[in-house]
Amino acid sequence: MSAEPSVTPPAGAAPATPVRRLVVVGASLAGLRAVEAARRAGYDGALTLVGAEEHLPYDRPPLSKAFLDVDGARGADTVMTFRTEEQLRDELGVDLRLGSPATGLDTDAREVLVGDERIPYDGLVIATGSVPRWLPGTDPADDGPVGGVTQLRTLDDARTVRTALEAGARLVVVGAGFIGSEVASAARKRGLPVTVVEALDLPLTRSIGPEVGAVCADLHRAAGTDLRLGVGVAGLETEPVAAGAEPAPGGAGRRVTGVRLDDGTVLPADLVVLGIGVRPATAWLEGSGVPLHEGDRGVVVDATLATGVPGVYAAGDVAHVANPLYDDEHHRLEHWTNAADHGGAAARHLLDPAAARPVETVPYFWSDWYDHRLQFVGTPRADEVRVVADDRASDGGFVALYRRADRVVGALVLDRPRDVMKLRRRIADRGPWDEAVEHVVTTPPRAKR
Amino acid sequence: MKIVAALDTCEGLGMCEAMAPDFFEVGDDGVVEVLDDSPGEEHRTDLAAAVDACPVLALTLQG
Repeated sequence: MSAEPSVTPPAGAAPATPVRRLVVVGASLAGLRAVEAARRAGYDGALTLVGAEEHLPYDRPPLSKAFLDVDGARGADTVMTFRTEEQLRDELGVDLRLGSPATGLDTDAREVLVGDERIPYDGLVIATGSVPRWLPGTDPADDGPVGGVTQLRTLDDARTVRTALEAGARLVVVGAGFIGSEVASAARKRGLPVTVVEALDLPLTRSIGPEVGAVCADLHRAAGTDLRLGVGVAGLETEPVAAGAEPAPGGAGRRVTGVRLDDGTVLPADLVVLGIGVRPATAWLEGSGVPLHEGDRGVVVDATLATGVPGVYAAGDVAHVANPLYDDEHHRLEHWTNAADHGGAAARHLLDPAAARPVETVPYFWSDWYDHRLQFVGTPRADEVRVVADDRASDGGFVALYRRADRVVGALVLDRPRDVMKLRRRIADRGPWDEAVEHVVTTPPRAKR
Repeated sequence: MKIVAALDTCEGLGMCEAMAPDFFEVGDDGVVEVLDDSPGEEHRTDLAAAVDACPVLALTLQG
């Protein structure tokens, strides 16, 4: 474009001209951090934020935690939005396109498709996150919504769940993962009957390993949740909603009455929450030339979050990224901190590729179960998982460490909040295993609450 | 420059400690302790990163 002679940039690096039209698709945490970082980096061109939901960017972790409590996130019917609409539009100069999901991408014309509209870009951050999976036969896109059956991803989902809990629902959670377990916790706090159904023999074997999965199973049982392991769901029992009757939360014509298991058992239910995992929200990118993972169709990026398509980066839940901290292993994380880190980095790298550095994240997530806090730092992909402290009997928590060769690569901490970031530092520093074990065994558990 | 931590908002998630361990530490009670609430100007970059990293927006820098 430019008539000025210039040094040819390396392949896949800087766009030939400075970015003047930056489009961020996905208006949750990663997308928000991308627009914030762009302005902070001094970018003064056009900035468009495209979001599928009607809501301003809001904080998702509370949706399965405080929002479901009896006093419902201090009584509010909403959750924290990080910035007001005025701040986004006026202070950050963002052209907000909410309630308008991207439907396609034309990488030749460099345009994002939103329905019939085409939004031109010369820099693009893909931050569309992920969408929960439905059980076969429950996807509203196929058969219409079934009252009382929901996932928990959005504020609207959380309102559906809370309404049902307030009505005293009998809850069945499908999938003993983090979201489902948090919903189970909220329901037990209200004294409601809860059953959690998990197809595997232990919860969370993929995300934290079987040793710790057993600890999580104990938390459910101690709280009075009926945990059914190693059994699948065969289908839902439903009934028509009588004409003129109050529609069940989340649905209209039919509502759920029970969950039928593989072994023939029928669990009665007024509310069924599906927590069976998510998939990257990338259907709009199919055929666009943006590389998608052959397994789950996430966006494959390098360690700087570049897709290899000129000017196109990806951030957050959608991104399969090589992490130098873990021998350049690719992983796709669905964590708050990952989305926050990626969003800012993607925008900075896009605007100044020459200064891009590999994103070396130490994965971190937390989950609140029945007045217990689980925190995980690092990776569970390890040669050995060792329980190095177990003071649960005296309410003093639990620590498991994850070893690769002679390094500590991960840590699971239950109810020992003081230890988490110290262990994270050792993991980030590629610290020796022996010293991490020593740290934990010589640190007294916290006093009984 | 002064660090202000809203202790009723803090959930003890520890991102501030991850970003600036000389200034923040999560205690056994699961709430942050500010180790030095009037840091020197040379720490501003690290502290701004810690404030931004807080998942519950419990931290502010004044001055």
